[in-house]
Amino acid sequence: MDRSERRADGFRRRNPLSRTDFLRLGGAGLAATALLGAAGCGGGSAGQGGSSGGGSGGTKTIALSLSTLNNPYFVAMRSGAQQEAKKLGVKLLIADAQNDASQQQKDIQTFITQQVDALLVNPVDSQAIVPSIQQANRAKIPVFALDRGASGGDVTSTIISNNVKGGEIAAKELIKLVGSGDVAELQGVPGTDVARDRGNGFENVIKKQSSVRLVASQPANFDRNQAFNVAQNILQAHPNIKGIYAQNDEMALGAVRALGGKAGKEVKIVGFDGEPDAIKAIKQGKMNATVAQQPIRIAQLGVQYAIKVIGGKKVPKNVRVPVKLVTRQSVGSYHGWGAGAGS
Amino acid sequence: MASIVQKVAPRSLLSRGGPLGGLILLGLILTFLSPNFLTFQNLFNVGFQAAVVALLAFGQTFVIVSGGIDLSVGSVLGLSGIAFGWASVKAGLPLPVALGVGLGIGVLAGLVDGLLITLGRLPPFIATLAMLSAARGMALVISGGVPLNPIPRAVSEFGSGDIFGFVPYAVVLMVLAWLATAGILRTTYPGRCMYAIGGNEEAARLSGINVSAQKLVIYSLSGLFAAVAGILLTAQLASAQPQAGTGFELDSIAAAVIGGASLVGGVGSATGTFIGALILGVLRNGLTLLNVSSFWQEVVIGAVIALAVMTDTLRKRGA
Repeated sequence: MDRSERRADGFRRRNPLSRTDFLRLGGAGLAATALLGAAGCGGGSAGQGGSSGGGSGGTKTIALSLSTLNNPYFVAMRSGAQQEAKKLGVKLLIADAQNDASQQQKDIQTFITQQVDALLVNPVDSQAIVPSIQQANRAKIPVFALDRGASGGDVTSTIISNNVKGGEIAAKELIKLVGSGDVAELQGVPGTDVARDRGNGFENVIKKQSSVRLVASQPANFDRNQAFNVAQNILQAHPNIKGIYAQNDEMALGAVRALGGKAGKEVKIVGFDGEPDAIKAIKQGKMNATVAQQPIRIAQLGVQYAIKVIGGKKVPKNVRVPVKLVTRQSVGSYHGWGAGAGS
Repeated sequence: MASIVQKVAPRSLLSRGGPLGGLILLGLILTFLSPNFLTFQNLFNVGFQAAVVALLAFGQTFVIVSGGIDLSVGSVLGLSGIAFGWASVKAGLPLPVALGVGLGIGVLAGLVDGLLITLGRLPPFIATLAMLSAARGMALVISGGVPLNPIPRAVSEFGSGDIFGFVPYAVVLMVLAWLATAGILRTTYPGRCMYAIGGNEEAARLSGINVSAQKLVIYSLSGLFAAVAGILLTAQLASAQPQAGTGFELDSIAAAVIGGASLVGGVGSATGTFIGALILGVLRNGLTLLNVSSFWQEVVIGAVIALAVMTDTLRKRGA
């Protein structure tokens, strides 16, 4: 092969803007049109309109950076925030980080660029959120942490459930249900303060008595499918288990599936969150209890505090929203997370 | 250095008229739609946000130009970040050594990819697919599934800091990587081999190129760039995350392809990939500024990739 015909370095000798380049420009133009189309329908769909610029005129803009919408708990939080924002007449921008810490950083950077008046953040990871919080601090935007705390940065208020107390309540209920025997624990994402607190609260109470023993503690990352596998493995290793405590309802429901006919009967199951599927399972007798959180209340408080701080008032730095035990006896009178929480 | 810049800048910008035109058009539209787009802060944000994928895409360019594909770059990014995190947080090694560990693991992973392809005779798709799984698994094993903190101060300040008070270090790193990639592709022997192997592997072999050795170099380079991306992301988040980079390999391929690289090999450039990565970054940034939901963003990006490849195919038939 003649080398002059084929240049190994790949340069094509042609005019800078040939016909094919125009085709490319045309393709880019089509792509841009697709973008406009998406901006037109996507931007308006959440009821938030097109471009924004917070702080101008009277309407304030609050941004909410959620860790994920793949869990009914956070969907409820979003509902709560939207309702409260509408009631109080502020504009709410929402971003979903799809459980990716890097995506959350981008979401928050964009909010800062849009000069929002306050930032509500539900961190994917309490440590990885710190650079973003620091950036918001530099931009003088007040930051509020919802449902999970941050390990650094200047956070005006942290609003989370009392996870330690919740773990204790769950332990007491499981002990009451089981009486005496072995129990296992399904843990959330290791290293998160949520998993740590719900675990500590539970274990502190279990340790103080001797009739119920904790024989296995395994992480299933707050995920239903992972919990199914982990529960099956625990059952193989400890076939005489009398009870399971799952640090969230998604995992509890995975354990329910793994236990089959035994769920709720020979093996008692206590979850955490109070999500609609778990309430259904309790009513059906497949689960025994759950520690219900108040995701809507957490989000409402976040929006209320943000408005107060924007208006120059002070708010408490640390809020522990109470949790409530829901058992088979009390499930009839439990109203769920509140209006609009369902999906 | 100056001669590399001379060679890289004028001609490539002209001959990359297509993607560059697309980027400018995109920028104009977004400026019109959002008052916040064309600000220094936002433009540097785009650079900051695009840097990690751009680094992956540069490594991917070497592979794609040579006719291969590297699906493992996202996982190698995560593994390298975790290796660096483990070395500095758990093993307490001094910073340069920890950086060496992180980069070394990336190169090693790339080398293994290359060996699977050359000695093992696996198609690149399969070999790097296997590494995608294995590397992610190793990252989870080393970290215990938990993010590793705290990262050394110097590194996290690099991640969030700027030069001259407004150019993020991440952007500087991205520009340096662009120049390095262009330099390697245009002026070095392995670079020219990449085009030769991608153009016609048999002819390359017959003309005396040690194709197997060069492939080891190519995939190791890809691993090296993935490792740099992993350490950059760790610096940006001030935390080594075991799931970091999940799915990023697709963005790196998209950036290279939008920038003009051809998946059959023999065609591609550093500048094109750079523009491709910027287009992706601008798209994501712009769509977020317009409050388009992240689900729609994925649809738009898919459309852009399809259009870019379509015009690439038309170009081949036309020119």
